[in-house]
Amino acid sequence: MRQAVLTGEHFITGDVACAEGALAAGCLFFGGYPITPATEITEHISSQLPEVGGTFIQMEDEIAALAAVIGSSCAGVKAMTATSGPGFSLMMENIGLAICTETPCVIVNVQRSGPSTGLPTQGAQGDMMQARWGSHGHYEIIVLSPSSPQEIFYQTITAFNLSEIYRLPVIIMTDEMIGHLSERVIIPKARAIKTVSRPRPKGRKDRFKPFKPGPNGVAPMAIAGEGYNIHVTGLTHDERGYPDMTVEGQDEMMSRLTGKVRQNLDDIISTEAYRLDDADIVIVSYGVSARTSLAAVDEARKQGIKAGLLRLITVWPFPEAQIRRLAKRVKGFFTVELNLGQIHLEVQRCVAGIVPTFLIGHPGGTIMPPERVVETLRARAKIT
Amino acid sequence: MNQVNKQIKHPLDDLLRTDRIPHIWCPGCGIGTAFSSCLTALKSSGIDLKKTVMISGIGCTGRGAGYVKLDSYHTTHGRAIPFATGMKLANPELNIVVFSGDGDLFAIGGNHFIHAARRNVDLTVVCVNNFNYGMTGGQVAATTPYGIKTTTTTKGNSETPFNLPLLAYASGATYVARWTILHARDLTESIEEALLKRGFSFIEVLSPCPVNYGRRNKVSALDTLKLYQEKTIIKNRVHPMELDIDFERGVILGKFVDEEKPTFMDRYDKIYRPMEPMEEEQAL
Ligand code: SF4
Repeated sequence: MRQAVLTGEHFITGDVACAEGALAAGCLFFGGYPITPATEITEHISSQLPEVGGTFIQMEDEIAALAAVIGSSCAGVKAMTATSGPGFSLMMENIGLAICTETPCVIVNVQRSGPSTGLPTQGAQGDMMQARWGSHGHYEIIVLSPSSPQEIFYQTITAFNLSEIYRLPVIIMTDEMIGHLSERVIIPKARAIKTVSRPRPKGRKDRFKPFKPGPNGVAPMAIAGEGYNIHVTGLTHDERGYPDMTVEGQDEMMSRLTGKVRQNLDDIISTEAYRLDDADIVIVSYGVSARTSLAAVDEARKQGIKAGLLRLITVWPFPEAQIRRLAKRVKGFFTVELNLGQIHLEVQRCVAGIVPTFLIGHPGGTIMPPERVVETLRARAKIT
Repeated sequence: MNQVNKQIKHPLDDLLRTDRIPHIWCPGCGIGTAFSSCLTALKSSGIDLKKTVMISGIGCTGRGAGYVKLDSYHTTHGRAIPFATGMKLANPELNIVVFSGDGDLFAIGGNHFIHAARRNVDLTVVCVNNFNYGMTGGQVAATTPYGIKTTTTTKGNSETPFNLPLLAYASGATYVARWTILHARDLTESIEEALLKRGFSFIEVLSPCPVNYGRRNKVSALDTLKLYQEKTIIKNRVHPMELDIDFERGVILGKFVDEEKPTFMDRYDKIYRPMEPMEEEQAL
C-alpha cells in the first residue's frame, strides 16, 4: 500500500501529475480508454489506484468509460476519466447525464488537434467550445485549464472539490504540450491538501427529496445502498427525482441546474493577472498558450508596449465581469489560443465593442511562438 | 366504496413507487408482467433490498427503474450496463439488476453487453425482448425476426436477428435463461436464481408489444400469448446454438447456462490486491 498523497519532489509529466492529483484528491475509481495523448494518465492511475484501495477498469470505449465513472460516483466514490478529442466527442451524451442527475465526476481532456483523428500526437486547444456546449441542451459546467504539470496536480484536486461541492462534472482542459511536459512537481504533505466531499443528506429517509437544493443551491446527495430509495433519471425531473414532463418542470429543473453555478461565480472563477495593473493591452490566454504568452508580455514591455496577461484558470463559467471591468480601462484585447477563435469570441462578446479585440491563434500542432504574439501586438498597437 | 378500495394493497406495493402509478405501459403490453416477476423475485430471494439497485436504459422497458421503490437509476440509451459496472465495482456489496429492453441492451448497447459478460461483472441483466423499438413507435430492432414489418421495414425486415442467449453464452455469461411473460412462475424463479448467482446473469423475457409490433403484423396480445403457450418447448441445458427464435418450428425456453466462474472483482482483487487476503490469513 502507498499513501494517496505522494509527498515529495518529483520530475514527472503533466499526465502523471494529473493522475497523482486525482489520487491526492481521494479518487477511488477510474474508468478509462486509451487515447493519445491522455494514455499516460490512464496507465499511471491503473497501476496506482489499487495501491490506495481504489479500482481501475479499462472499458470498451469512452462512452462506457464515462458511464462507469458516473455509476461509481452514484455509489459514493470520487471518480474520474481521461481522454482526448475523439474520446471526448463520444463522452458528450453522458456529460449531459451527469449534469442532469447532478453526479460529481472529473473528466480530463488532453487536447490534440482535430477535427476527427487530426494530429493525434500534437496539441491544440480546439475543444474549448465543445467543453462548454458539447452535450445537447442548455447547461452550466465548470472547466479548468492548467498551464504546467505542477498546476495540473493542484487543478485536479480543485476539479474534484468543485465537482463534489456543486455536484456536476468538472472538466480539465489541458493539452498535449502540458500533458507530455516533464517538470518539477512538488507534492505537499497530505494534511496541507484540502479535499472536499459532496454534501450528504441527514434526517428522515422517507421524506428525503434528492433534488431539493440546500442553501447554496446544491442538493445533498444520497448514494446507492444507503436506504433512501432514490430515483435518479436523465428525464426532466422534480425535487423528488420523479419525471416531470411539463414546461414548468423543465423551467424549474433548469433554474436549479444553472443556478448553482450562476449564483456561485465568485467561488468558482479563478484567474491570474501578470503585469496587468498598468497594462494598456490585455492578452487573454489559458493552458499552454498562457505560458508562452508570459514571455510575450515581457518582450512587449521591453519594446515599449504596456502589455499584461489575464490567465484564465477557470475557463467556464467565463470570467465575464473581469473582462468587462478591464474593457473600461485598457486599449485592446488579444486572445492567444491554439484554435481559430473560440475564447476570442467570448472575449469579444464581453468587451462589447468598447475597445478592439483580436485573435492570435492557429489551428494546432505546435505552441504559439511568443515572437508571433509580440509581432501581432506591434502591428496592431497603432490601431489600439 | 372508496375507503374499501384504499385498503386493498397489492403484495408488491412496498416495492413500488405507488405515487407514480398509473405507469406508461399500454394495455396488453407484457412489460408489466416481466416487471412484477422481477419484483416478486427480488422479494422472495431474500437479498438485502436496501443494498439492491435497479438500473435501466431508455425505452418502454427502461421505465422500469422509475417504478421500483429501490435506489433506481434511469440512465442514457444503451448505457445501463457500463453504468452498472461502475457502480458494482465502486461498491461490490450492492446487488444490481439491469432491467431494460432489447433495443437498448443489444443494438445501441450491444458492445457493453458482450464486454460485461466477458468480464463476468456480477450483475443480473433482465432483457424484455418485444422484437422492436416500442417507445419510438415500432422500428426494426436487432431482434426483429426476418420478414417482420416495422415502421422502418415496411415491406418486411431483410436482416437476421440476434440469438440473445447464444450471444450471452459466447460472451462468457455464467447464467443464461429464456422465458416468456406467460411463464411468469418459471421466470420469477429464474430471476431469483440469477439474483443469488455470483457473476454475470442474463435472462431474456419474450414479451408482446401489441401496440406497435402486433398491430403492424396483425397479431393481438392474445395471439402472442397463444403462441407462447403452443409454440414453446421447455428444454433446459440445450446448446444455445439451438435457440434461434422461430415460432413456426417452436421456440425453446429454459435455463441454458449455469456455471461458476470468478467474477471481475474476484480476479482484480487477486491480482491487484494480493496483500489483503494474506493479512486476513495471518490474523486468523
Ligand atoms: S409500445 Fe409496445 S412495448 Fe411499449 S408500452 Fe406499448 S405495448 Fe409495451
